[in-house]
Amino acid sequence: MSSCGAPDQSLPANVDAGKEIVLTGKVTKGGEPVGGAFVRLLDSTGEFTAEVVASDAGDFRFFAAPGDWTVRALHRTGNGEATVSAAGPGLHDVAITVA
Amino acid sequence: MSREDVLVTAAWSEENLGAPGVVFVEVDEDASAYDTGHIPGAVKVDWRKDLQDPVRRDFIDRAGFEKLLSARGIANDDTVVLYGGNNNWFAAYAYWYFKLYGHESVKLLDGGRKKWELDGRPLEADPVSRPETTYSAKDQDLSLRAFREEVVEAINAKNLVDVRSPDEFSGKLAAPAHLPQEQAQVKGHIPSAINVPWSKAANEDGTFRSDEELRELYKEAGLDEGKATIAYCRIGERSSHTWFALRELLGYSDVKNYDGSWTEYGSLVGVPVEIGAQN
Repeated sequence: MSSCGAPDQSLPANVDAGKEIVLTGKVTKGGEPVGGAFVRLLDSTGEFTAEVVASDAGDFRFFAAPGDWTVRALHRTGNGEATVSAAGPGLHDVAITVA
Repeated sequence: MSREDVLVTAAWSEENLGAPGVVFVEVDEDASAYDTGHIPGAVKVDWRKDLQDPVRRDFIDRAGFEKLLSARGIANDDTVVLYGGNNNWFAAYAYWYFKLYGHESVKLLDGGRKKWELDGRPLEADPVSRPETTYSAKDQDLSLRAFREEVVEAINAKNLVDVRSPDEFSGKLAAPAHLPQEQAQVKGHIPSAINVPWSKAANEDGTFRSDEELRELYKEAGLDEGKATIAYCRIGERSSHTWFALRELLGYSDVKNYDGSWTEYGSLVGVPVEIGAQN
């Protein structure tokens, strides 16, 4: 059981992007991927929901309920955040730049 | 007991790497983090493999704990500094566990691995071995550990603090959104419990909030300071984090962790269960 694994771009076989809301993206700095950031999912009121560690290539992924989300990345070289509106099932891309 | 007695900063820790009588211990659910890089000199404890009985649903016994700490090279008079990933969930669990078996000097590294990494402090992947010791544990201090009968009796009588997310509390989810949906037979919470998610006790860098903020947080949520308290979550690790805040930081005297937590309670026959959000 891994709770904060570092996901790659592909989805696990048991995940159906036609049914689930998947928030996925990459953490970058100056156009280059940043690995190992702590990526936090915050709900529309700013409340903490989940946290994962981005992979070496900067990738992260969350499963979420419908709604507006803020994804915030913390890294030793800087922090950054982005918002994403997920109305329904599918892959919702969210790119985060840390500075 | 004050904050300085139970929490150390990352800066203090870095200054005390290799100091005699100080042992750093990384505790994780997934031990692979340690293997790719850990605080220099730190030894590893695996939450599942090292601390749980391999057959029964319980902890390793006193002799097992003695064997584990002896093998890790930890002596009775060492100061143990615990840290880990997941905002210190499993390190806080280990802190509670070390207290349960009577270790005298144990501290939590404030912010755990996250704060250490965000500060850009050194990590190394070299294997660590310490000379074996002869560790002697005490009997479990059951004033720190709640069992199911006591939890049922605590309904409407003691503070019950459910530290899971609002969706787990209300019965929408059986586990945190990013963990497998497993274990308890039903969803919901223990009647009369207040819901204060563990995350509210922490800053975004994983350090604990100030004593003033913590006191206000639990007071606001309805914690009765005149009553004993039992904290629970799904498997007892997030509630160790809150147990630490309530007993070790705020100094409330009668605070127990219910390690059976929702995984046990939600599978018991005949006990009351509530669903829905907190009033």
